[in-house]
Amino acid sequence: MKTSVQQINNLTIGFQSQKGQQISILKNINTTINKGETVGIVGESGSGKSTLALAMMGYVKHGLFTISGECMFHSNNLLEMNNKELENIRGRKIAMIPQNAGQSLTPNLKIGYQIDEALKLHTDLKKTDRDNKISELLNKVRLPSPETMAQRYPHELSGGQQQRVAVAMALAGSPELLLLDEPTTGLDVTTQAHVLELLNLIAKDTGTSMVYVSHDLGAIAQVSDRVIVMYSGEIVLDGPVRSILKNPIHPYTFGLLKSIPKLTLPGLPNSMSGSQPQPGSIKEGCSFYDRCEFADKNCKINSPELEYINDLNTHVRCFRHKELINQNELNSQTVKSIENKILKNEILDLSNVSISYAKQKFIEQLINKIEDKNPTVKDIDININKGETLALVGESGSGKSTILKSIAGLLKTKDGIIKFEKDKELSSDLRKRDPKFLRAIQLIFQNPDESLNPNHTVEEIVAQPLKLYFGLKGHELKEKIINVLDKVRLGKFYLTRYPRQLSGGEKQRVAVARAFAAKPDIILCDEVTSALDVSVQAAVLNLLQELKEDFGTTYIFVSHDLAVVRAISDRVAVLYQGRLCEIGPSKNVYKFPSHPYTEVLLGAVLEPDPDIKPKLVAEDIVEEKPPENGCSFQGRCPRILGDICKNEVPPWQSTENGNSIRCHIKIDDLKNQQTLN
Amino acid sequence: MFFLVIKRILLGLITLFIVSLITFVGVEVLPGDACTTYLERQAFGAALEACYERLGLNLPAYERYISWAIGVLQGDFGYSLSGEMKINDVLGPKVKNSMVLASASILIGIPVALLLGIITALWRDKLPDIIISTVTIFSMTIPEFISATLLILIVAIWLEWLPGIVIVPSEASISELLPNIILPVIAISMIMTAHMARMVRSSVIQVMASDYVQMAILKGVPYWKMVFKHVLPNALLPAINVVALTIAWLLGGVVVTEVVFNYPGLGRLVIESISNRDLPVVQALAIILASIYVSINLIADLMTLMLNPRLKSLQIKK
Repeated sequence: MKTSVQQINNLTIGFQSQKGQQISILKNINTTINKGETVGIVGESGSGKSTLALAMMGYVKHGLFTISGECMFHSNNLLEMNNKELENIRGRKIAMIPQNAGQSLTPNLKIGYQIDEALKLHTDLKKTDRDNKISELLNKVRLPSPETMAQRYPHELSGGQQQRVAVAMALAGSPELLLLDEPTTGLDVTTQAHVLELLNLIAKDTGTSMVYVSHDLGAIAQVSDRVIVMYSGEIVLDGPVRSILKNPIHPYTFGLLKSIPKLTLPGLPNSMSGSQPQPGSIKEGCSFYDRCEFADKNCKINSPELEYINDLNTHVRCFRHKELINQNELNSQTVKSIENKILKNEILDLSNVSISYAKQKFIEQLINKIEDKNPTVKDIDININKGETLALVGESGSGKSTILKSIAGLLKTKDGIIKFEKDKELSSDLRKRDPKFLRAIQLIFQNPDESLNPNHTVEEIVAQPLKLYFGLKGHELKEKIINVLDKVRLGKFYLTRYPRQLSGGEKQRVAVARAFAAKPDIILCDEVTSALDVSVQAAVLNLLQELKEDFGTTYIFVSHDLAVVRAISDRVAVLYQGRLCEIGPSKNVYKFPSHPYTEVLLGAVLEPDPDIKPKLVAEDIVEEKPPENGCSFQGRCPRILGDICKNEVPPWQSTENGNSIRCHIKIDDLKNQQTLN
Repeated sequence: MFFLVIKRILLGLITLFIVSLITFVGVEVLPGDACTTYLERQAFGAALEACYERLGLNLPAYERYISWAIGVLQGDFGYSLSGEMKINDVLGPKVKNSMVLASASILIGIPVALLLGIITALWRDKLPDIIISTVTIFSMTIPEFISATLLILIVAIWLEWLPGIVIVPSEASISELLPNIILPVIAISMIMTAHMARMVRSSVIQVMASDYVQMAILKGVPYWKMVFKHVLPNALLPAINVVALTIAWLLGGVVVTEVVFNYPGLGRLVIESISNRDLPVVQALAIILASIYVSINLIADLMTLMLNPRLKSLQIKK
């Protein structure tokens, strides 16, 4: 018999609506966390997963309250404890690792103090012992030079380092249960893989139970023993990780897994229609009814209960789960492989482009030049053909968004020329650009919450480019707006809505509609899906692809997500520290031989499959500035040759696959080394 | 850091220079000058010439500005018209009196404002917050000439607890002044305190909702320790600049209140010298008020720099 650490019984948490109704955002949760077990809680935004994790610490956010149920830690109900009792448990028995470590460390206190605070509260150690313990903890989370690290303020650390500090802080009280709320969201892929590895090590070392909350099935697959899938405040599936991810018997999990783009299965994933219902909007029936492919009449009227399936050791909330058992459709997953008509004529040509963020000194402003020997982005040579989708890939700081901004004219280039349709040079100064080029190049931003004016209706937002570039008015304008919205599958009734009345996916559709209203030749997509849930991401990717097929638009697609890039792009350019590492057809970039950096990135990709482990080839050090001489990747390269990499800029080499790699190592050597692993 | 301080001080000096130019030019372009105002109907012939001679008004404007500016730099504002006294002698006691009034208001107002702001934030939407917030909003909306008059009516006339108007000479010592300033201080600090308390409240609420406070709670930090270590240092940082602005704004409030209470301070002097067209005094007052304004904001900026680790280390790195 396993000993349980925490037991949640019939937990319902909700809020009081303005009309005085009780609306629950967690409904009747029952589950047990066992000793030494790592449980992944997965769900899209709004599924209640974070609320559940916080309730496990006896914490309910301002405005919410417990309607019924209990969170039993050993034999005490956390939700009925007073502050004094909770202070004794929090940090000592149950510790939390927050989503955004950068915002969760108090800005005015040094790292050392914040860890010391936890030690003082939860251990009886003396000052000198505590200092040693701080170093030990910082060492345990593999932070370099712990003594100096303890003297730093949170903002002086990188994102990955901040996350490690949060882990060290959580471990200070040697807790029995560790709650992790999206601990790797927002980190770079390689950093994420390293943090997950660290967490796995800690779980093994200390035997701590962990609850890992995430929307990312890839991360969940790497750390969890058991997975709980949440939808609309309910547990819909609860069972061992392999059975959940390989043979999901709930239609939601089934759809979710299908909508994730995978490296092993190139092509656009299937999207799930619709979005999660608003809390309180479901009066009867199954909450997944609207989006379910398998639903029947019974599902509309009756709500299913959580049912235990003995064979699979799994709880499921679905009337029709039997039909899903052993349905091997997931393995023969159908994806739409893309086929773009790429014309031979060049539409955009970047030659020798460098961009610097250095502030111009007074004299430099006068002669309109920037003296910067080591600019943020350097020597970018890319040409893009009409109808092509080119992806720029790299971690944060790789200069991918910077390049997009320069193409759009938002950022001046230091050197180099950007040409449109072969012979028309684009001025790097937006004010000097011909309006017809401004129309030809449109930008879609990462976060639709920030890129749509909250005081404009959808109609006004989409009308802007139409008025500006085509001078449309009155009836004609209205017709055109409806037409454009129809293209992104938004009906007429959206015209009068404000952005806040739309879901994340709908907002991004409006942003896409605004870009397409200008009838552009090129659309620059800056991480357009990274703020979206996976099921919505798949829908937006599919929409972009359909629009492209209709209009023959060229895309330049920036993303950090290699699987998304694999799904949508024809050609990929890999960037590190503002320098090109590798460029070529996407089907070949993902094959060996590749640039050592591409190899590192590919190794760190997390597939939603517990049997495919990431390969960590390089350290996740953060470099603040690109090196002045030699190869941009020298600082982290696992295959570094020696002085040649430090002193000479590597040459371009072409492989038989047709992609180009910028590396000192001979192509054949790279191929041999990489296929050995 | 050091260069930044120097830069800020230089900017402050430039501001003062521009203020002095504007007031000087303003006084210049007004119809009439000090002598015509002073001599009124006798402003012609020898008397006017003699006056010009005496005040040096026959010199070209830029020379007068330079000699005036040099005087100001040495702390000499020249002569007032009406009393034919040295402005320094006129200003001295009034500056002192206004300072007593202003500092008493600040010394009482800021701690009270912080306390009220923190209480309302920590007991947000509970009874203490509701009561205090209602009162602060109420006292924020009443202009000080009304609240001052009401105070005189209630405390001085109906209850007869305190003198309604101040009848001490400008040269009175601080101990003589103190019983007289209670009502003016209340009138001045009411609006200021209410403003600051609202500001502190929203700042504390914002920090209380932050991820790092949630983290501190979940780390098991006791409530009051969390408030003092994690919340207040971060919440009060943005409040510093607002407090500075409120203090600077208080100078205006002092002017009105001093007139209502007949208090012998700068405020009354401003009104008097404007109505008497005593232009040299107006000029001197403009410079003094501007320098107080500039230095308060300078101090606030420097304090923010010192207290914010983010800005501090940014400067060290560069």
